[in-house]
Amino acid sequence: MSATAKPCLEIRSLSAVLANGQRVLRSVSLAVQPGEVRALVGESGAGKTMIGKAVLGVLPKSVRIVEGEMIIEGEDLGRLDAKARRTLIGARTALIPQDPLTALNPSRRIGPQMTDRLVRILGWSGDRADSRIRQLLDEVQIRDPERVLKSYPHELSGGMRQRVLIAAAFAAEPRLIVADEPTTALDVTVQKQILRLIAELQRDHGTAILFVTHDLGVVAKISQKVSVLYAGKVVEEAATVDLFASPQHPYTRALMLATPRYTDPYASLKPVDETVLAGLAAEIAAADQAWRPSHG
Amino acid sequence: MDKARTSSRRTSPRLWLAGGWLLLALLAAILAPLVAPQDPLAQDLMLERLPPFWLDGAEPGYWLGTDSLGRDLLSRLIFGGRIAFIVAFAAAASACLIGSALGLIAGYFGGWADRIISRVVDIWLAFPPVLFAILLVAVLGTGLSSVIIAIAVIDWTRFCRVIRAEAMSQARMDYVESARIAGYGRMGIMLREVLPNVLPSVVALLSLEMGIAVIVEAILSFVNLSISTDDPTWGGMIAEGRLSIHQAWWVLVFPLTTLILTVLCFSQFGEGLKARFDPVLR
Ligand SMILES: Nc1ncnc2c1ncn2[C@@H]1O[C@H](COP(=O)(O)OP(=O)(O)OP(=O)(O)O)[C@@H](O)[C@H]1O
Ligand SMILES: [Mg+2]
Repeated sequence: MSATAKPCLEIRSLSAVLANGQRVLRSVSLAVQPGEVRALVGESGAGKTMIGKAVLGVLPKSVRIVEGEMIIEGEDLGRLDAKARRTLIGARTALIPQDPLTALNPSRRIGPQMTDRLVRILGWSGDRADSRIRQLLDEVQIRDPERVLKSYPHELSGGMRQRVLIAAAFAAEPRLIVADEPTTALDVTVQKQILRLIAELQRDHGTAILFVTHDLGVVAKISQKVSVLYAGKVVEEAATVDLFASPQHPYTRALMLATPRYTDPYASLKPVDETVLAGLAAEIAAADQAWRPSHG
Repeated sequence: MDKARTSSRRTSPRLWLAGGWLLLALLAAILAPLVAPQDPLAQDLMLERLPPFWLDGAEPGYWLGTDSLGRDLLSRLIFGGRIAFIVAFAAAASACLIGSALGLIAGYFGGWADRIISRVVDIWLAFPPVLFAILLVAVLGTGLSSVIIAIAVIDWTRFCRVIRAEAMSQARMDYVESARIAGYGRMGIMLREVLPNVLPSVVALLSLEMGIAVIVEAILSFVNLSISTDDPTWGGMIAEGRLSIHQAWWVLVFPLTTLILTVLCFSQFGEGLKARFDPVLR
Protein backbone atom coordinates (compact mmCIF):
# COMPACT_ATOMS: atom_id res chain seq x y z
CA MET A 1 0.00 0.00 0.00
CA SER A 2 1.55 3.27 -1.05
CA ALA A 3 1.85 6.05 1.50
CA THR A 4 0.36 8.55 -0.94
CA ALA A 5 -2.95 6.67 -1.43
CA LYS A 6 -5.90 8.79 -0.31
CA PRO A 7 -7.23 7.34 2.94
CA CYS A 8 -10.75 6.01 2.91
CA LEU A 9 -11.39 7.65 6.26
CA GLU A 10 -9.28 10.19 8.02
CA ILE A 11 -10.06 11.61 11.43
CA ARG A 12 -7.96 14.58 12.48
CA SER A 13 -7.81 15.72 16.06
CA LEU A 14 -11.47 15.04 16.80
CA SER A 15 -12.73 16.23 20.18
CA ALA A 16 -16.25 15.93 21.52
CA VAL A 17 -17.85 17.02 24.79
CA LEU A 18 -21.02 16.15 26.68
CA ALA A 19 -23.57 18.78 27.64
CA ASN A 20 -21.86 19.16 31.03
CA GLY A 21 -18.55 19.99 29.34
CA GLN A 22 -16.95 16.63 30.05
CA ARG A 23 -14.74 15.47 27.18
CA VAL A 24 -15.55 12.10 25.67
CA LEU A 25 -13.17 12.28 22.71
CA ARG A 26 -9.74 13.84 23.15
CA SER A 27 -8.09 14.95 19.90
CA VAL A 28 -8.54 11.57 18.26
CA SER A 29 -6.64 11.07 15.02
CA LEU A 30 -6.71 7.96 12.91
CA ALA A 31 -6.85 6.91 9.30
CA VAL A 32 -8.25 3.89 7.51
CA GLN A 33 -6.71 3.16 4.13
CA PRO A 34 -8.81 1.70 1.30
CA GLY A 35 -9.37 -2.00 1.77
CA GLU A 36 -7.79 -2.05 5.20
CA VAL A 37 -9.20 -3.19 8.52
CA ARG A 38 -8.36 -0.90 11.39
CA ALA A 39 -9.29 -2.13 14.83
CA LEU A 40 -10.32 0.35 17.47
CA VAL A 41 -9.76 -1.31 20.80
CA GLY A 42 -10.31 -0.14 24.34
CA GLU A 43 -12.27 -0.90 27.46
CA SER A 44 -15.94 -0.14 27.98
CA GLY A 45 -16.65 3.60 27.97
CA ALA A 46 -13.44 4.45 26.13
CA GLY A 47 -15.43 6.17 23.39
CA LYS A 48 -15.15 3.58 20.60
CA THR A 49 -18.81 3.74 19.72
CA MET A 50 -18.68 7.56 19.85
CA ILE A 51 -16.01 7.63 17.15
CA GLY A 52 -18.08 5.35 14.94
CA LYS A 53 -21.21 7.43 15.48
CA ALA A 54 -19.33 10.64 14.79
CA VAL A 55 -18.12 9.29 11.46
CA LEU A 56 -21.61 8.12 10.52
CA GLY A 57 -23.23 11.37 11.62
CA VAL A 58 -25.46 9.89 14.30
CA LEU A 59 -23.99 11.23 17.53
CA PRO A 60 -26.55 11.58 20.32
CA LYS A 61 -27.88 15.12 20.75
CA SER A 62 -26.07 15.46 24.07
CA VAL A 63 -22.67 15.04 22.44
CA ARG A 64 -21.10 17.99 20.62
CA ILE A 65 -18.05 17.96 18.37
CA VAL A 66 -15.81 20.87 19.36
CA GLU A 67 -12.84 20.42 17.09
CA GLY A 68 -11.40 18.26 14.38
CA GLU A 69 -12.08 17.02 10.89
CA MET A 70 -13.54 13.86 9.45
CA ILE A 71 -12.66 13.18 5.85
CA ILE A 72 -14.25 10.40 3.83
CA GLU A 73 -12.43 9.72 0.54
CA GLY A 74 -11.09 13.25 0.40
CA GLU A 75 -14.40 14.92 1.27
CA ASP A 76 -14.34 16.90 4.49
CA LEU A 77 -17.66 16.22 6.23
CA GLY A 78 -17.44 19.53 8.06
CA ARG A 79 -17.48 21.48 4.80
CA LEU A 80 -20.62 19.82 3.46
CA ASP A 81 -24.13 20.97 4.25
CA ALA A 82 -26.32 18.54 6.15
CA LYS A 83 -27.99 17.09 3.07
CA ALA A 84 -24.78 16.54 1.12
CA ARG A 85 -23.23 14.98 4.22
CA ARG A 86 -26.14 12.53 4.56
CA THR A 87 -25.88 11.62 0.90
CA LEU A 88 -22.14 11.04 1.13
CA ILE A 89 -22.41 8.95 4.29
CA GLY A 90 -25.34 6.99 2.86
CA ALA A 91 -23.51 6.20 -0.36
CA ARG A 92 -20.01 5.46 0.93
CA THR A 93 -20.48 3.94 4.36
CA ALA A 94 -22.47 1.32 6.22
CA LEU A 95 -22.76 0.03 9.77
CA ILE A 96 -22.63 -3.48 11.12
CA PRO A 97 -24.19 -2.93 14.52
CA GLN A 98 -23.68 -4.66 17.83
CA ASP A 99 -27.20 -5.87 18.53
CA PRO A 100 -28.68 -7.60 15.50
CA LEU A 101 -32.17 -7.67 17.03
CA THR A 102 -32.81 -3.97 17.49
CA ALA A 103 -30.93 -3.07 14.30
CA LEU A 104 -33.69 -4.62 12.21
CA ASN A 105 -37.15 -3.13 12.08
CA PRO A 106 -39.34 -5.61 13.98
CA SER A 107 -42.49 -4.95 11.98
CA ARG A 108 -41.04 -5.31 8.49
CA ARG A 109 -40.05 -8.46 6.68
CA ILE A 110 -36.36 -8.94 5.96
CA GLY A 111 -36.68 -8.82 2.17
CA PRO A 112 -38.32 -5.42 1.73
CA GLN A 113 -36.22 -4.09 4.56
CA MET A 114 -33.01 -4.99 2.70
CA THR A 115 -34.03 -3.98 -0.83
CA ASP A 116 -35.73 -0.77 0.27
CA ARG A 117 -32.47 1.04 0.79
CA LEU A 118 -31.04 0.08 -2.59
CA VAL A 119 -34.22 1.09 -4.36
CA ARG A 120 -35.24 4.22 -2.48
CA ILE A 121 -31.86 5.71 -1.61
CA LEU A 122 -29.65 4.52 -4.43
CA GLY A 123 -32.36 4.43 -7.09
CA TRP A 124 -31.83 0.83 -8.22
CA SER A 125 -34.57 -1.06 -9.99
CA GLY A 126 -36.49 -3.54 -7.87
CA ASP A 127 -35.15 -6.53 -9.82
CA ARG A 128 -31.55 -5.41 -9.56
CA ALA A 129 -31.89 -4.84 -5.82
CA ASP A 130 -33.55 -8.20 -5.38
CA SER A 131 -30.87 -10.16 -7.21
CA ARG A 132 -28.15 -8.19 -5.41
CA ILE A 133 -29.65 -9.09 -2.04
CA ARG A 134 -29.88 -12.76 -2.98
CA GLN A 135 -26.26 -12.72 -4.09
CA LEU A 136 -25.19 -11.24 -0.75
CA LEU A 137 -27.33 -13.69 1.24
CA ASP A 138 -25.50 -16.42 -0.63
CA GLU A 139 -22.16 -14.85 0.24
CA VAL A 140 -23.04 -14.84 3.94
CA GLN A 141 -23.97 -18.50 3.55
CA ILE A 142 -27.67 -18.28 4.08
CA ARG A 143 -28.94 -21.45 2.49
CA ASP A 144 -32.68 -20.77 2.42
CA PRO A 145 -32.96 -17.16 1.21
CA GLU A 146 -36.66 -17.52 0.39
CA ARG A 147 -37.58 -18.21 3.98
CA VAL A 148 -35.26 -15.55 5.36
CA LEU A 149 -36.52 -12.86 2.99
CA LYS A 150 -40.10 -13.58 4.07
CA SER A 151 -39.31 -13.69 7.80
CA TYR A 152 -39.73 -11.05 10.43
CA PRO A 153 -36.53 -10.35 12.38
CA HIS A 154 -37.73 -12.10 15.56
CA GLU A 155 -38.27 -15.31 13.60
CA LEU A 156 -34.52 -15.62 12.93
CA SER A 157 -31.73 -16.62 15.28
CA GLY A 158 -29.20 -14.04 16.44
CA GLY A 159 -26.53 -15.45 14.14
CA MET A 160 -28.91 -15.35 11.17
CA ARG A 161 -29.87 -11.78 11.92
CA GLN A 162 -26.23 -10.77 12.06
CA ARG A 163 -25.62 -12.48 8.71
CA VAL A 164 -28.53 -10.52 7.26
CA LEU A 165 -27.06 -7.29 8.61
CA ILE A 166 -23.65 -8.11 7.17
CA ALA A 167 -25.23 -8.83 3.80
CA ALA A 168 -27.15 -5.56 4.04
CA ALA A 169 -24.00 -3.63 4.92
CA PHE A 170 -22.06 -4.94 1.93
CA ALA A 171 -25.01 -4.83 -0.50
CA ALA A 172 -24.57 -1.22 -1.57
CA GLU A 173 -20.79 -1.63 -2.02
CA PRO A 174 -19.78 0.95 0.57
CA ARG A 175 -16.14 1.99 0.69
CA LEU A 176 -16.08 2.03 4.47
CA ILE A 177 -17.91 -0.10 6.99
CA VAL A 178 -18.04 0.68 10.68
CA ALA A 179 -18.42 -2.57 12.59
CA ASP A 180 -19.30 -1.85 16.21
CA GLU A 181 -18.59 -4.98 18.24
CA PRO A 182 -20.49 -7.06 15.68
CA THR A 183 -19.99 -10.31 17.56
CA THR A 184 -20.46 -9.25 21.18
CA ALA A 185 -24.17 -10.09 21.33
CA LEU A 186 -23.64 -13.60 19.90
CA ASP A 187 -22.60 -16.84 21.56
CA VAL A 188 -19.04 -17.98 21.19
CA THR A 189 -19.38 -20.55 18.42
CA VAL A 190 -21.41 -18.16 16.28
CA GLN A 191 -18.93 -15.36 17.02
CA LYS A 192 -16.19 -17.19 15.16
CA GLN A 193 -18.33 -17.87 12.11
CA ILE A 194 -19.47 -14.28 11.92
CA LEU A 195 -15.95 -12.97 12.30
CA ARG A 196 -14.76 -15.25 9.52
CA LEU A 197 -17.62 -14.10 7.29
CA ILE A 198 -16.80 -10.44 7.82
CA ALA A 199 -13.13 -11.10 7.04
CA GLU A 200 -14.08 -13.01 3.89
CA LEU A 201 -16.47 -10.42 2.55
CA GLN A 202 -14.05 -7.66 3.44
CA ARG A 203 -11.34 -9.34 1.38
CA ASP A 204 -13.61 -10.17 -1.56
CA HIS A 205 -15.13 -6.71 -1.76
CA GLY A 206 -12.02 -4.75 -0.80
CA THR A 207 -13.98 -2.73 1.74
CA ALA A 208 -12.22 -0.74 4.43
CA ILE A 209 -13.48 -1.48 7.94
CA LEU A 210 -13.23 0.45 11.16
CA PHE A 211 -13.63 -2.46 13.52
CA VAL A 212 -14.63 -1.57 17.06
CA THR A 213 -13.94 -4.20 19.71
CA HIS A 214 -12.72 -4.64 23.25
CA ASP A 215 -11.25 -8.03 22.46
CA LEU A 216 -7.56 -8.23 21.57
CA GLY A 217 -8.07 -11.76 20.26
CA VAL A 218 -10.44 -10.36 17.65
CA VAL A 219 -8.00 -7.56 16.87
CA ALA A 220 -5.28 -10.10 16.12
CA LYS A 221 -7.57 -12.14 13.87
CA ILE A 222 -9.11 -9.46 11.73
CA SER A 223 -7.10 -6.25 11.54
CA GLN A 224 -3.96 -4.95 9.89
CA LYS A 225 -3.79 -1.75 11.92
CA VAL A 226 -4.93 -0.97 15.41
CA SER A 227 -5.60 2.09 17.54
CA VAL A 228 -5.76 1.67 21.29
CA LEU A 229 -8.22 4.00 22.94
CA TYR A 230 -8.41 4.98 26.59
CA ALA A 231 -10.80 7.61 27.97
CA GLY A 232 -11.39 9.02 24.51
CA LYS A 233 -7.68 9.33 23.72
CA VAL A 234 -5.64 7.27 21.29
CA VAL A 235 -2.76 6.06 23.47
CA GLU A 236 -1.10 3.87 20.89
CA GLU A 237 -1.35 3.18 17.20
CA ALA A 238 0.51 0.54 15.27
CA ALA A 239 0.38 -2.22 12.69
CA THR A 240 -1.36 -5.14 14.39
CA VAL A 241 1.64 -7.47 14.15
CA ASP A 242 3.90 -4.82 15.65
CA LEU A 243 1.49 -4.07 18.45
CA PHE A 244 1.44 -7.68 19.57
CA ALA A 245 5.20 -8.10 19.05
CA SER A 246 6.19 -5.00 20.98
CA PRO A 247 3.44 -2.99 22.66
CA GLN A 248 4.86 0.46 23.40
CA HIS A 249 2.38 2.00 25.81
CA PRO A 250 2.09 0.62 29.37
CA TYR A 251 -1.72 0.57 29.01
CA THR A 252 -1.51 -1.63 25.91
CA ARG A 253 0.76 -4.02 27.78
CA ALA A 254 -1.60 -4.08 30.74
CA LEU A 255 -4.54 -4.72 28.41
CA MET A 256 -2.72 -7.71 26.95
CA LEU A 257 -2.10 -9.12 30.39
CA ALA A 258 -5.79 -8.69 31.15
CA THR A 259 -6.82 -10.70 28.06
CA PRO A 260 -7.31 -14.46 28.48
CA ARG A 261 -5.32 -16.76 26.21
CA TYR A 262 -6.62 -19.96 24.70
CA THR A 263 -3.45 -21.79 25.66
CA ASP A 264 -3.51 -20.75 29.28
CA PRO A 265 -6.90 -19.26 30.07
CA TYR A 266 -6.43 -18.40 33.74
CA ALA A 267 -2.75 -18.11 34.50
CA SER A 268 -1.72 -14.70 33.27
CA LEU A 269 -4.99 -12.87 33.80
CA LYS A 270 -4.48 -9.59 35.64
CA PRO A 271 -6.56 -6.48 36.00
CA VAL A 272 -4.97 -3.31 34.65
CA ASP A 273 -2.27 -2.17 37.04
CA GLU A 274 -2.84 0.75 39.45
CA THR A 275 0.34 2.56 38.44
CA VAL A 276 -0.58 2.25 34.75
CA LEU A 277 -3.96 3.84 35.48
CA ALA A 278 -2.34 6.62 37.50
CA GLY A 279 0.04 7.26 34.60
CA LEU A 280 -2.90 7.39 32.19
CA ALA A 281 -4.80 9.81 34.42
CA ALA A 282 -1.77 12.12 34.47
CA GLU A 283 -1.38 11.83 30.71
CA ILE A 284 -5.03 12.75 30.15
CA ALA A 285 -4.94 15.62 32.64
CA ALA A 286 -1.90 17.02 30.85
CA ALA A 287 -3.61 16.67 27.48
CA ASP A 288 -6.74 18.45 28.78
CA GLN A 289 -4.59 21.19 30.27
CA ALA A 290 -2.87 21.77 26.97
CA TRP A 291 -6.18 21.71 25.15
CA ARG A 292 -8.34 24.01 27.26
CA PRO A 293 -6.61 27.39 26.90
CA SER A 294 -7.10 27.50 23.14
CA HIS A 295 -10.67 26.16 23.15
CA GLY A 296 -12.21 26.97 26.50
CA MET B 1 -44.51 -20.53 11.71
CA ASP B 2 -46.00 -23.14 14.00
CA LYS B 3 -45.66 -20.86 16.96
CA ALA B 4 -47.43 -18.11 15.08
CA ARG B 5 -50.29 -20.39 14.16
CA THR B 6 -50.99 -21.74 17.64
CA SER B 7 -50.89 -18.36 19.32
CA SER B 8 -53.15 -16.72 16.75
CA ARG B 9 -55.60 -19.55 17.33
CA ARG B 10 -55.44 -18.74 21.01
CA THR B 11 -56.34 -15.10 20.39
CA SER B 12 -59.08 -15.98 17.95
CA PRO B 13 -62.16 -16.61 20.14
CA ARG B 14 -62.18 -13.21 21.72
CA LEU B 15 -61.50 -11.53 18.41
CA TRP B 16 -64.31 -13.43 16.71
CA LEU B 17 -66.85 -13.17 19.54
CA ALA B 18 -66.28 -9.47 20.04
CA GLY B 19 -66.09 -8.83 16.30
CA GLY B 20 -69.25 -10.89 15.76
CA TRP B 21 -71.32 -8.89 18.21
CA LEU B 22 -70.01 -5.59 16.84
CA LEU B 23 -70.74 -6.63 13.28
CA LEU B 24 -74.24 -7.76 14.23
CA ALA B 25 -74.96 -4.52 16.07
CA LEU B 26 -73.49 -2.46 13.24
CA LEU B 27 -75.51 -4.23 10.55
CA ALA B 28 -78.68 -3.90 12.60
CA ALA B 29 -78.00 -0.18 13.02
CA ILE B 30 -77.32 0.38 9.32
CA LEU B 31 -80.35 -1.61 8.24
CA ALA B 32 -82.51 -0.34 11.11
CA PRO B 33 -85.57 0.64 9.03
CA LEU B 34 -85.60 -2.84 7.50
CA VAL B 35 -84.91 -4.98 10.53
CA ALA B 36 -86.61 -3.08 13.36
CA PRO B 37 -89.93 -4.85 14.03
CA GLN B 38 -91.74 -1.66 15.05
CA ASP B 39 -91.54 2.08 14.60
CA PRO B 40 -89.22 3.15 17.44
CA LEU B 41 -91.16 6.35 18.04
CA ALA B 42 -94.70 4.93 17.90
CA GLN B 43 -96.36 5.29 21.27
CA ASP B 44 -99.31 3.16 22.27
CA LEU B 45 -100.62 3.50 25.76
CA MET B 46 -102.49 0.21 25.35
CA LEU B 47 -99.14 -1.55 25.07
CA GLU B 48 -97.21 0.15 27.85
CA ARG B 49 -94.64 -1.87 29.82
CA LEU B 50 -95.13 -5.10 27.96
CA PRO B 51 -92.66 -7.69 29.26
CA PRO B 52 -90.08 -9.49 27.06
CA PHE B 53 -91.22 -12.50 25.08
CA TRP B 54 -90.55 -15.22 27.62
CA LEU B 55 -92.69 -13.68 30.37
CA ASP B 56 -96.47 -13.86 30.79
CA GLY B 57 -98.28 -11.05 29.07
CA ALA B 58 -95.82 -10.60 26.26
CA GLU B 59 -97.16 -9.57 22.84
CA PRO B 60 -95.83 -11.13 19.63
CA GLY B 61 -93.72 -8.63 17.66
CA TYR B 62 -92.50 -6.88 20.81
CA TRP B 63 -89.60 -9.22 21.56
CA LEU B 64 -87.97 -7.28 24.35
CA GLY B 65 -91.12 -5.60 25.60
CA THR B 66 -92.07 -1.95 25.64
CA ASP B 67 -91.35 1.11 27.76
CA SER B 68 -93.75 3.23 29.77
CA LEU B 69 -95.02 4.94 26.62
CA GLY B 70 -95.58 1.64 24.85
CA ARG B 71 -92.63 2.00 22.46
CA ASP B 72 -90.91 -1.19 21.30
CA LEU B 73 -87.60 -1.65 23.14
CA LEU B 74 -85.84 -3.77 20.52
CA SER B 75 -86.61 -1.26 17.79
CA ARG B 76 -85.42 1.59 19.96
CA LEU B 77 -82.19 -0.29 20.74
CA ILE B 78 -81.57 -0.88 17.04
CA PHE B 79 -82.18 2.72 16.13
CA GLY B 80 -80.17 3.91 19.14
CA GLY B 81 -77.28 1.87 17.78
CA ARG B 82 -77.13 4.20 14.78
CA ILE B 83 -76.20 7.15 16.92
CA ALA B 84 -73.89 5.06 19.07
CA PHE B 85 -71.94 3.85 16.04
CA ILE B 86 -71.83 7.21 14.29
CA VAL B 87 -70.43 8.77 17.45
CA ALA B 88 -68.06 5.85 18.02
CA PHE B 89 -66.55 6.00 14.55
CA ALA B 90 -66.45 9.74 14.03
CA ALA B 91 -65.28 10.74 17.49
CA ALA B 92 -62.75 7.93 17.89
CA ALA B 93 -61.32 8.46 14.42
CA SER B 94 -60.88 12.19 15.02
CA ALA B 95 -59.33 11.70 18.44
CA CYS B 96 -57.08 9.01 17.01
CA LEU B 97 -55.91 11.09 14.10
CA ILE B 98 -55.10 14.16 16.16
CA GLY B 99 -53.63 12.30 19.12
CA SER B 100 -51.58 9.75 17.20
CA ALA B 101 -50.09 12.34 14.86
CA LEU B 102 -49.06 14.60 17.73
CA GLY B 103 -47.83 11.67 19.81
CA LEU B 104 -45.74 10.34 16.95
CA ILE B 105 -44.19 13.75 16.32
CA ALA B 106 -43.49 14.37 20.01
CA GLY B 107 -42.03 10.91 20.57
CA TYR B 108 -39.93 10.69 17.45
CA PHE B 109 -38.64 14.24 17.12
CA GLY B 110 -38.34 14.95 20.86
CA GLY B 111 -36.90 18.32 21.81
CA TRP B 112 -39.07 21.36 21.27
CA ALA B 113 -41.95 19.59 19.61
CA ASP B 114 -42.12 17.14 22.49
CA ARG B 115 -41.93 19.83 25.15
CA ILE B 116 -44.80 21.83 23.67
CA ILE B 117 -47.04 18.85 22.95
CA SER B 118 -46.43 17.26 26.35
CA ARG B 119 -47.20 20.52 28.11
CA VAL B 120 -50.51 20.85 26.26
CA VAL B 121 -51.38 17.27 27.20
CA ASP B 122 -50.64 17.99 30.86
CA ILE B 123 -52.91 21.01 30.82
CA TRP B 124 -55.65 18.99 29.11
CA LEU B 125 -55.46 16.23 31.68
CA ALA B 126 -55.98 18.71 34.49
CA PHE B 127 -59.67 18.93 33.48
CA PRO B 128 -62.03 16.20 34.72
CA PRO B 129 -63.18 14.64 31.43
CA VAL B 130 -66.91 14.32 32.06
CA LEU B 131 -67.17 17.87 33.33
CA PHE B 132 -65.11 18.97 30.34
CA ALA B 133 -67.50 17.19 27.99
CA ILE B 134 -70.59 18.69 29.58
CA LEU B 135 -68.98 22.12 29.48
CA LEU B 136 -68.03 21.76 25.84
CA VAL B 137 -71.47 20.58 24.77
CA ALA B 138 -73.03 23.41 26.74
CA VAL B 139 -70.85 25.83 24.78
CA LEU B 140 -71.18 24.15 21.37
CA GLY B 141 -74.87 23.46 21.80
CA THR B 142 -76.44 20.03 21.82
CA GLY B 143 -76.44 17.94 18.67
CA LEU B 144 -74.62 15.05 17.10
CA SER B 145 -71.67 17.02 15.77
CA SER B 146 -70.97 18.79 19.05
CA VAL B 147 -70.97 15.45 20.87
CA ILE B 148 -68.45 14.14 18.38
CA ILE B 149 -66.29 17.25 18.60
CA ALA B 150 -66.42 17.20 22.39
CA ILE B 151 -65.24 13.59 22.58
CA ALA B 152 -62.43 14.14 20.07
CA VAL B 153 -61.28 17.32 21.78
CA ILE B 154 -61.17 15.62 25.16
CA ASP B 155 -59.80 12.20 24.28
CA TRP B 156 -57.02 12.87 21.78
CA THR B 157 -54.63 12.96 24.76
CA ARG B 158 -55.28 9.27 25.35
CA PHE B 159 -53.71 8.49 21.97
CA CYS B 160 -51.06 11.14 22.27
CA ARG B 161 -49.62 9.84 25.54
CA VAL B 162 -49.41 6.19 24.57
CA ILE B 163 -48.14 6.77 21.04
CA ARG B 164 -45.58 9.31 22.25
CA ALA B 165 -44.10 6.82 24.70
CA GLU B 166 -43.98 4.07 22.09
CA ALA B 167 -42.54 6.28 19.37
CA MET B 168 -39.93 7.45 21.83
CA SER B 169 -38.77 3.95 22.65
CA GLN B 170 -38.80 3.03 18.95
CA ALA B 171 -36.76 6.12 18.10
CA ARG B 172 -33.99 4.86 20.37
CA MET B 173 -33.75 1.57 18.50
CA ASP B 174 -30.75 0.88 16.30
CA TYR B 175 -32.85 0.34 13.19
CA VAL B 176 -33.80 4.01 13.27
CA GLU B 177 -30.13 4.92 13.48
CA SER B 178 -29.31 2.58 10.61
CA ALA B 179 -31.99 4.26 8.52
CA ARG B 180 -30.40 7.62 9.31
CA ILE B 181 -27.01 6.33 8.23
CA ALA B 182 -28.47 4.94 5.02
CA GLY B 183 -29.68 8.45 4.24
CA TYR B 184 -33.42 8.42 4.89
CA GLY B 185 -34.97 11.73 5.87
CA ARG B 186 -36.50 12.20 9.33
CA MET B 187 -40.06 12.42 8.02
CA GLY B 188 -39.61 9.26 5.97
CA ILE B 189 -38.21 7.37 8.95
CA MET B 190 -41.07 8.49 11.16
CA LEU B 191 -43.71 7.36 8.70
CA ARG B 192 -42.13 4.27 7.20
CA GLU B 193 -40.07 2.85 10.04
CA VAL B 194 -41.59 4.06 13.31
CA LEU B 195 -45.28 4.29 12.42
CA PRO B 196 -45.69 0.59 11.49
CA ASN B 197 -44.31 -0.30 14.89
CA VAL B 198 -46.80 1.80 16.83
CA LEU B 199 -49.74 0.92 14.57
CA PRO B 200 -50.90 -2.13 16.58
CA SER B 201 -51.24 0.12 19.62
CA VAL B 202 -53.06 2.74 17.58
CA VAL B 203 -55.55 0.12 16.43
CA ALA B 204 -56.10 -1.22 19.93
CA LEU B 205 -56.58 2.28 21.32
CA LEU B 206 -58.90 3.19 18.48
CA SER B 207 -61.20 0.30 19.26
CA LEU B 208 -61.08 1.03 22.97
CA GLU B 209 -61.86 4.67 22.23
CA MET B 210 -64.91 3.68 20.20
CA GLY B 211 -66.21 1.98 23.31
CA ILE B 212 -65.44 5.03 25.39
CA ALA B 213 -67.18 7.28 22.86
CA VAL B 214 -70.29 5.10 23.17
CA ILE B 215 -70.22 5.53 26.95
CA VAL B 216 -69.64 9.27 26.78
CA GLU B 217 -72.47 9.66 24.30
CA ALA B 218 -74.68 7.63 26.62
CA ILE B 219 -73.73 9.80 29.58
CA LEU B 220 -74.47 12.95 27.63
CA SER B 221 -77.81 11.49 26.52
CA PHE B 222 -78.49 10.48 30.10
CA VAL B 223 -78.12 14.07 31.26
CA ASN B 224 -80.04 15.18 28.20
CA LEU B 225 -77.13 16.96 26.58
CA SER B 226 -76.74 14.81 23.50
CA ILE B 227 -78.93 14.99 20.46
CA SER B 228 -82.63 15.81 20.29
CA THR B 229 -84.62 13.76 22.77
CA ASP B 230 -86.92 12.36 20.09
CA ASP B 231 -84.36 10.05 18.49
CA PRO B 232 -83.77 6.97 20.61
CA THR B 233 -80.30 6.70 22.16
CA TRP B 234 -78.99 4.08 24.56
CA GLY B 235 -78.18 6.69 27.18
CA GLY B 236 -81.61 8.25 26.87
CA MET B 237 -83.23 4.83 27.19
CA ILE B 238 -81.24 4.12 30.35
CA ALA B 239 -82.37 7.43 31.79
CA GLU B 240 -85.99 6.57 31.09
CA GLY B 241 -85.65 2.99 32.25
CA ARG B 242 -84.32 4.17 35.58
CA LEU B 243 -87.70 5.79 36.31
CA SER B 244 -89.69 2.58 35.87
CA ILE B 245 -87.21 0.14 37.34
CA HIS B 246 -89.71 -1.13 39.93
CA GLN B 247 -92.56 -1.72 37.52
CA ALA B 248 -90.57 -2.91 34.48
CA TRP B 249 -86.92 -3.83 35.00
CA TRP B 250 -86.41 -4.66 31.30
CA VAL B 251 -86.77 -1.05 30.27
CA LEU B 252 -83.50 -0.35 32.09
CA VAL B 253 -81.74 -3.68 31.80
CA PHE B 254 -81.79 -4.13 28.02
CA PRO B 255 -80.23 -0.81 27.02
CA LEU B 256 -77.75 -1.10 29.87
CA THR B 257 -76.71 -4.61 28.82
CA THR B 258 -76.43 -3.56 25.18
CA LEU B 259 -74.24 -0.65 26.15
CA ILE B 260 -71.95 -2.65 28.40
CA LEU B 261 -71.67 -5.51 25.95
CA THR B 262 -70.81 -3.19 23.08
CA VAL B 263 -68.20 -1.29 25.05
CA LEU B 264 -66.64 -4.53 26.25
CA CYS B 265 -66.58 -5.92 22.73
CA PHE B 266 -64.86 -2.80 21.42
CA SER B 267 -62.03 -3.15 23.92
CA GLN B 268 -61.67 -6.91 23.43
CA PHE B 269 -61.76 -6.50 19.68
CA GLY B 270 -58.97 -3.92 19.91
CA GLU B 271 -56.79 -6.15 22.06
CA GLY B 272 -57.41 -9.07 19.75
CA LEU B 273 -56.45 -7.03 16.71
CA LYS B 274 -53.30 -5.83 18.40
CA ALA B 275 -52.20 -9.36 19.20
CA ARG B 276 -53.02 -10.32 15.66
CA PHE B 277 -51.13 -7.56 13.90
CA ASP B 278 -48.11 -7.15 16.12
CA PRO B 279 -45.48 -9.40 14.53
CA VAL B 280 -43.58 -9.67 17.80
CA LEU B 281 -46.58 -10.59 19.93
CA ARG B 282 -47.99 -12.87 17.30
N1 LIG C 1 -26.07 9.13 24.71
C1 LIG C 1 -25.04 9.53 25.47
N2 LIG C 1 -25.09 10.72 26.08
C2 LIG C 1 -24.07 11.13 26.85
N3 LIG C 1 -22.98 10.41 27.08
C3 LIG C 1 -22.86 9.21 26.53
C4 LIG C 1 -23.90 8.70 25.69
N4 LIG C 1 -23.52 7.48 25.28
C5 LIG C 1 -22.32 7.25 25.84
N5 LIG C 1 -21.90 8.28 26.58
C6 LIG C 1 -20.63 8.39 27.30
O1 LIG C 1 -19.60 8.53 26.36
C7 LIG C 1 -18.46 7.76 26.73
C8 LIG C 1 -18.04 6.87 25.61
O2 LIG C 1 -19.05 5.92 25.38
P1 LIG C 1 -18.98 4.84 24.22
O3 LIG C 1 -20.34 4.25 24.11
O4 LIG C 1 -18.38 5.44 23.01
O5 LIG C 1 -17.98 3.76 24.83
P2 LIG C 1 -17.49 2.40 24.18
O6 LIG C 1 -16.02 2.49 24.09
O7 LIG C 1 -18.23 2.15 22.94
O8 LIG C 1 -17.86 1.36 25.30
P3 LIG C 1 -18.53 -0.09 25.18
O9 LIG C 1 -17.40 -1.05 25.00
O10 LIG C 1 -19.20 -0.27 26.49
O11 LIG C 1 -19.48 -0.06 24.03
C9 LIG C 1 -18.84 7.01 27.99
O12 LIG C 1 -18.24 7.67 29.08
C10 LIG C 1 -20.33 7.11 28.05
O13 LIG C 1 -20.75 7.20 29.39
MG1 LIG D 1 -19.67 0.70 22.32
